[in-house]
Amino acid sequence: MALSAEDVARLAALARLDLTNAECAELAPELDVILTSVAAVGEVAGPDVPLMTHALPLVNVMRDDEVRPSLPREVVLAGAPDVEEGRFRVPQILSED
Amino acid sequence: MMTELMEFNEVLEHFDPALGLEVHVELSTASKMFCGCSTEFGAEPNTQVCPVCLGLPGALPVVNAKAVESAIRIGLALGCEIAPWGRFARKNYFYPDMTKNFQTSQYDEPIAFDGRVEVEVDGESYVIEIERAHMEEDAGKLTHVGATGRIHGADYSVIDYNRAGMPLIEIVTKPILGTGAKAPQVARAYVALLRDLMRALDVSDVRMEQGSLRCDANVSLAPKGSAELGTRTETKNVNSLRSIERAVTFEMRRQAAILAGGGRVLQETRHFHEGDGSTSPGRSKEEAQDYRYFAEPDLVPVAPSKEWIEELRASLPEPPAARRKRLAAAWEVDEKTMAAIVAAGALELIEATVAAGASPQSARKWWLSELARRANEAGVELEDLGVNPADVAATQELVDKGELTDKLARAVFDGIIAGEGSPTEVVERRGLRVVSDEGALGEAIDSVIAASPDVAEKVRGGKVQAVGALIGQVMKAMHGQADAARVRELLLERLGVG
Amino acid sequence: MSELITKSASELADLLADGQIKSVELTRAHLEQIQAVNPKVNAFLHVDADGALAAAADSDARRARGEVGSALDGIPIAIKDNFCTTGMPTTCGSRMLEGWVPPYDATAVQRLKEAGLVILGKTNMDEFAMGSSTETSAFGPSRNPWDLERVPGGSGGGSSAAVAACLTPLALGSDTGGSIRQPGAVTGTVGVKPTYGGVSRYGVVAMASSLDQPGPVTRTVLDSALLHEIIGGHDPMDSTSIAQSLPALADAAQRCDVRGLKVGVVKEFGGEGYEPDVEARFAEAVQWLQDGGAEVVEVSCPHFEYALAAYYLIMPAELSSNLARFDAVRYGLRLGDDGRNGMEAVTAITRGQGFGKEAKRRLIIGTYALSSGYHDQFYGSAQKVRTLVAGDFDRAFAQCDVLVSPTTPTVAFKLGERTGDPMAMYKADLCTIPSNLAGNASASFPIGLSAAGLPVGLQVIAPPMADDRCYQVGGFIEAKVESDTGPLLAKAAPIVGSKAVW
Repeated sequence: MALSAEDVARLAALARLDLTNAECAELAPELDVILTSVAAVGEVAGPDVPLMTHALPLVNVMRDDEVRPSLPREVVLAGAPDVEEGRFRVPQILSED
Repeated sequence: MMTELMEFNEVLEHFDPALGLEVHVELSTASKMFCGCSTEFGAEPNTQVCPVCLGLPGALPVVNAKAVESAIRIGLALGCEIAPWGRFARKNYFYPDMTKNFQTSQYDEPIAFDGRVEVEVDGESYVIEIERAHMEEDAGKLTHVGATGRIHGADYSVIDYNRAGMPLIEIVTKPILGTGAKAPQVARAYVALLRDLMRALDVSDVRMEQGSLRCDANVSLAPKGSAELGTRTETKNVNSLRSIERAVTFEMRRQAAILAGGGRVLQETRHFHEGDGSTSPGRSKEEAQDYRYFAEPDLVPVAPSKEWIEELRASLPEPPAARRKRLAAAWEVDEKTMAAIVAAGALELIEATVAAGASPQSARKWWLSELARRANEAGVELEDLGVNPADVAATQELVDKGELTDKLARAVFDGIIAGEGSPTEVVERRGLRVVSDEGALGEAIDSVIAASPDVAEKVRGGKVQAVGALIGQVMKAMHGQADAARVRELLLERLGVG
Repeated sequence: MSELITKSASELADLLADGQIKSVELTRAHLEQIQAVNPKVNAFLHVDADGALAAAADSDARRARGEVGSALDGIPIAIKDNFCTTGMPTTCGSRMLEGWVPPYDATAVQRLKEAGLVILGKTNMDEFAMGSSTETSAFGPSRNPWDLERVPGGSGGGSSAAVAACLTPLALGSDTGGSIRQPGAVTGTVGVKPTYGGVSRYGVVAMASSLDQPGPVTRTVLDSALLHEIIGGHDPMDSTSIAQSLPALADAAQRCDVRGLKVGVVKEFGGEGYEPDVEARFAEAVQWLQDGGAEVVEVSCPHFEYALAAYYLIMPAELSSNLARFDAVRYGLRLGDDGRNGMEAVTAITRGQGFGKEAKRRLIIGTYALSSGYHDQFYGSAQKVRTLVAGDFDRAFAQCDVLVSPTTPTVAFKLGERTGDPMAMYKADLCTIPSNLAGNASASFPIGLSAAGLPVGLQVIAPPMADDRCYQVGGFIEAKVESDTGPLLAKAAPIVGSKAVW
């Protein structure tokens, strides 16, 4: 499949990672080796095999609709890089949701 | 630059519209979707958050059973199948209003799917097929700080995560075709139907102005008679019934103008502007979205039993349309009056007043006129006015017995609203009883006849309708505390035409 | 010098119960050992001496009033740095969370506190548990007490090194692909990965949610069982927590009897890539079991050869999503906020510089495995392999009560030996990964040394919720090793400055 540095850059953007060109170039062949060696999974798994997304077959784990105490606001904001009037402050957002 | 628009009628000569509506309903559970934080509206910023909804490292979600129950009831009310087994999924994308940078949602295993509802526009019925209804969580609230107050040109933004993790049900229609000129009204009627349905189910406050019901409208046009759908646009967060109608109308006219000019409609997200009813494009994304959905490993599948589903089905309220039809027939009112009753939020109130013994006609009269006016003046919903259906029925009973006139009844409502107690208590306290002392009434009548000999002569001469003026004067003399019907009776008797 | 710090937690509990020692004294002895040895092994990232001494004093006061909280009240313990702890930083070995103090305790930590254990501090780990050697920690690698030039395994190398070098009698770990068992094997300690859902994950910073499982790290089998009984059991805060009580683990650990037990040797675990010394020690251990009356059979698990590949897709996929929350908004590091960069750039810069190389590698792989066009081929196929691996286990457990294998193909490798070769590093978890995929119970117990004097571990695997069988086999093996040669850890060359006396 030969992953290129450009592929790495595209994936890095999806993962919101700022990688240098040198990093992308270095990672590409490494990732290629890994992906080549894990591609074997496609060989054994036939179309009739179900996906196992959970380790155990539990279902219907729910809680009652009861209000529990929230955290005090000063605790909520204590670890924040930037705060303004009880809210988390962030630099201007360029993209839309 | 002015957007070019085609006249609406002309649009329909050349194009068939297709709609797709995505409605988000915020559930009125006490706690959030995956944690115990309160969902109360209007709290101080970031005071209703915990490790789970704040997405702190290590925190894990647990599903709110009431939200699942509501989702199933909504699904059933929309005529959907309920999935016997379904997982939650993570929708992965970065946005600062999301605490985990993925939204816990449902992807290819929604809890409800393949439903249908009917809406009526101008006496014609339209079937709207529901593709799916699924559970998900809301995001936090961003406020953009800067000259514009919008995301464009903001200096920075601040975030309140109180709304993060609130339970949402997203209801998605299949493409709605064949609505022609009625497309905008069908869109509006559909959202109104959902609103009524949610209210009847008691699963959401459905306050569009508070965002507890939000609509994204997909609109596309195809050349008339074409089997293929055109390129669609998605107008986001249209937050009133009127806006939905306007947004769809605008998009139809805008797209038609582009297509007629040989252009191509861009598939994009658009914003609606309340002011002039227009839409404008959102900012395009830097990279194509790839949500990388996968089954949420921190939550186990929801597998509602057949018994549970049937139990919930049995507890469903009567569908709003059927209920309205039934009540309209029982009350002998036409469609238009019924629409006015619903619009005033008086349906339940009138129903309860009738149940308390009043006639449908009197119940409707009080709620739609006198009480609606007062609610309007006070700026409150009718149901929050402080007058309950039993009060209205009891007051009407006093009127029927001749103990109150309509005018006195209004004073009784004033007293009830002022917190003076039950109708009989207000009557006592304010001394509002009709004067049935025929002596005092007789004196008043005699002096009115004496004071208006011309009118009296007309009545004697056979112009019976002229007695109205005399009745008015008698009532005035009695300060309203007389039964007008009795006054008329006595007047006619004395004037020899009784 | 201290003989206290080489004792097991259960022995220390007896001494506390008899009033022969006080928790404060015991805690101080361990703090002194930490001070003396930690600079050499780098097992602890944070030591809370004041908090530990205060907790120890509370324990002594409780005991004086006759209100003992649990069998391990007053015993010191160390906690892997991916468990949330109030009052102590939780960094996960990453710059991203440097200095972050969580506002809540993980359920396991809360249970330790309720049981009266004395928390000494937080132990080193590979960054966000991504590694098999602790070399990806942003705060430097931990070292193997048997040979300071070798790794103590990973990701929980800090916990295993701390226990092996007697800095603490007990520690907590978390195991996603072997991060408790593999460090246990290469440091000559006991490590147990409970059944998935047996110990709450609430408050344990997630790497791969469907694979992660917290568990005990100790020097003896009974200590692991006692600790497991305290931290385990249903937790309503974790939807994947099993709502039934644990089997009697401490009883099983003390049974020392394997008669009639059906033991399956997985034939796929061996051969190429396995060191001869590891295979030799393993064969001896199997022989012990047979001599002890167990019935040994060979079983085949043909899909295990694909387990590593499936794991290296599922794990990065889940972690790429779990680690998305580190975005420089609500907590942790923020870089690049110079007034010109927008939020998107600030998040990307922070993540680009805040995560180490292995983290970035896995974030990219995970993103790739889930991305449109590759999702079914990679992530989907991996989840199918998971089904096949679980099926292999089902068939094996239809024949056997437990399965055994070497815990690791090799003994501890040298620092730096595999950092340039990711696939070689990943292979350290070859034997341990299948249990994470299937969610069953699995443990590593020391069985002896290689010719070079480095520890070898035996992995014992039991069906879900049959964790007691691991302890039963572990207790038997431990008794055999001790009766033959004495405690294995006593054979390690003492670290200069160590106060441990065996």
